Amino acid sequence: MRFERREHRPVALVIATPIIAIAAALAISGVLIALAGAPVWEAYWRILKGAFGSRLSATETLTRATPLMLTGLAAAVAFRARLWNIGAEGQLYLGGIVVAAASSHLLGGLPAILQIPALLVLGALAGMVLLLVPLWLRLRFSVDEVVTTLLLNFVAVLFVSMLIDTVLKDPAAFGWPQSQSVADGAVLPKLLSRSRLHLGLVLALVFAVLLHLVQSRTVFGLQSRAAGLNPQAAVFAGVPLARTLVIVACISGGLAGLAGAVEVMGVKGYVTTDLSPGYGYSGIVVAMLANLHPLGVVLAALFTATMFVGADGMSRSMGIPSYIADLTVSLSLLTMLVAVFFTQYRIRR
Amino acid sequence: MTAPVLDIVDVSKRFGTNLANDGISLSLAKGEIVALLGENGAGKTTLMSILFGHYVPDSGKVLVDGTPLPPGKPRAAIRAGIGMVHQHFSLAPNLTVLENVTTGTESLWSPRSRRGQARAKLVDIAQRFGLAVDPDARLGDLSVGEQQRVEILKALYNDARILVLDEPTAVLTQPEAETLFSTLKDMARQGLSLIFISHKLDEVMATADRVVVLRGGRHVADRKTSETSKSELAELMVGRSVARPVREASAPGATVLEAVRVTVRSGGVDRLKAVDFHLRAGEVLGIIGVSGNGQGTLAQFLSGTLARTSGELLLFGKAVDHLTVADVVAAGIGRIPEDRNKDGAIGEMAIWENAVLERLPRFAKYGLVDRSGGLTFAGDIIEQFDVRGGTPTTRTRLLSGGNMQKLILGRNLIDRPRILLAAQPARGLDEGAIAAVHARILEARAAGTAVLLMSEDLDEVMALADRIQAIVGGRLSPPIRSEDADRRRLGLMMAGEWQTETRDAV
Repeated sequence: MRFERREHRPVALVIATPIIAIAAALAISGVLIALAGAPVWEAYWRILKGAFGSRLSATETLTRATPLMLTGLAAAVAFRARLWNIGAEGQLYLGGIVVAAASSHLLGGLPAILQIPALLVLGALAGMVLLLVPLWLRLRFSVDEVVTTLLLNFVAVLFVSMLIDTVLKDPAAFGWPQSQSVADGAVLPKLLSRSRLHLGLVLALVFAVLLHLVQSRTVFGLQSRAAGLNPQAAVFAGVPLARTLVIVACISGGLAGLAGAVEVMGVKGYVTTDLSPGYGYSGIVVAMLANLHPLGVVLAALFTATMFVGADGMSRSMGIPSYIADLTVSLSLLTMLVAVFFTQYRIRR
Repeated sequence: MTAPVLDIVDVSKRFGTNLANDGISLSLAKGEIVALLGENGAGKTTLMSILFGHYVPDSGKVLVDGTPLPPGKPRAAIRAGIGMVHQHFSLAPNLTVLENVTTGTESLWSPRSRRGQARAKLVDIAQRFGLAVDPDARLGDLSVGEQQRVEILKALYNDARILVLDEPTAVLTQPEAETLFSTLKDMARQGLSLIFISHKLDEVMATADRVVVLRGGRHVADRKTSETSKSELAELMVGRSVARPVREASAPGATVLEAVRVTVRSGGVDRLKAVDFHLRAGEVLGIIGVSGNGQGTLAQFLSGTLARTSGELLLFGKAVDHLTVADVVAAGIGRIPEDRNKDGAIGEMAIWENAVLERLPRFAKYGLVDRSGGLTFAGDIIEQFDVRGGTPTTRTRLLSGGNMQKLILGRNLIDRPRILLAAQPARGLDEGAIAAVHARILEARAAGTAVLLMSEDLDEVMALADRIQAIVGGRLSPPIRSEDADRRRLGLMMAGEWQTETRDAV
């Protein structure tokens, strides 16, 4: 058995790739569910029911998908230009804490119509700054941004954890490390009453469409793809490499910062160290599942959120640990990588 | 004649709809050098990959000393005494020569490596074949020619009796190539059998005992070099007679580009040292030199990707400051880079995207790319420059080298540029494509374009250039007229011997 490079990639195959990958991941997880002694079909049925079975669960799934869409877009836009931003988690936390601090200390008095946009911009700026530092190190000293962005996650999360235990600590939180709550004028409007679903979902969808248009239609989109595929040829063709990467970093870091802002303003209201159950890292999986396509990110984020929300309900009723969701999502990344390989190569005997 | 050491019998291999090898047979005697000649895509590399067990043939077999080799098993091929020297070396740059040579020869389970024995064997082989190289040198520190020697040593270390070299001179300078061929002849005299793949007629005629010509996956001829000629081989290879176009007399116009004592410093070294040249409309100025003598820097500087340290540059008679790529393109300067895969085109992007990438200002409005304009532009290039194997939306990687070069030429020449910078425009192309590229350059010259041709191919420069300057160690010789140039004089100039020449500079 050997592999040969495919000359053509049929469109149908490219679209089928994530579906096949997810099916394979579900099949492998199914084996594990069976080993745990539960009926596989019923377990999956309950996951689906847990995620979409009621109005409450469906809105919860969409709420959960919102930050994943934003971090997924952050990873997708950066990876497309071969800027390896592994730091969305840290950028998310920084965006969140900046929003909480600004609202509780500076802008709290502003009406919502002014305060909300101002805070969203501040959150995005915080994320940008945290990514521009590693980018500058890469452009100036050729420091590998995989390492710097990854490690900055820990710096950012620990910095936030220090702030919420000291200067930003909420005195009314019975000693828990928790930031002060955002002002009422900072709370994102709900999309549906009696749910947690908020305006952030609309923002995420708008950004996905915008990003798709930017990447497929604009000069910047073409140049950033060229910079990612072959930097040397891009420079020869006159693509301003540093400037292109700076813009990419601003978009990527900004989206990740926005994820944190939206999560604080739409769901939590304040920052704790469990603001994010790894949304920054899951965003990488979401982006890969979507094959770095902005519209695909929306669907991939929905799948991931479905697994997480649905598995909670399933585990309660069937006694299967909810870790099965992490497992399936992680497996789907692995199967996706294999599937992407087969869109590029075929097997020959 | 003794029994052949190697017999390839009726081998066929199909990739999709493409029949890469169609019933090819070839035999090789002890001590013989056979050249496998053919254009790009003729099936040479496929055949050698089958021989070495990288591919499994659809039909046919390979016999070594009369025993069939199991298909698809490189290890069996090595054990049978076949050694392969790849065009792109399969060596690790961070290991030493000795480590590279012994990699894969020792059992993973042996407690310690037998360094002493290995070193003795390596030194012995190196001496026997005159392949001097320091066993403890780090591979990455060696020149390309030395790395190739290591690749050959590695094959010999594995007791190869049949050595296959895939386009061995593609990466070498002329003196390195000459050394290589004398080594190969020496190896044949000592009883080794060699096959080398090539599409260069000169080296085939000079080195091989016998030539096997492939065309379109078929075996078309088997000739003794003593009984054939370059022109016959060229015709067999291409399938029709191909004549490279020749330059006609022309009257050059005004000077369009002039460099005065330009120095370019990069990486702490002066890559160009106070060079002077001027280029007139409607002429070809050839810059000849062994690669690595500064022509890359000259090309980068004029292309707008590297700034000068001192000196003056006059473009259309006006002094220009720092040049950016956008300035260069906007000024109507076409650029053909030396390495089309690394600089010239992005393989994973569509043909139309590669066509418009360097002239985006023209194909963009309000920051949006004019896709339909780009598709039309690419379609025009494909049609007028005979780019085969793709539509505007095809991924560029799928084009052959010659067609990719036609695309690069086309995007630069279609708008009739005032200046064309061409760095090694025919490197790695086959005869048919070379003739096409040369014809296009001469056409541009006739239309009044000033062409700066950088090349290390004497024949190319003598055929195309009106005036010739040599580049050696970052310095440029004064120009001589092409009529006054012959191989000997150019050879001397490329060796830096121009000060002693009579000053008939023009």
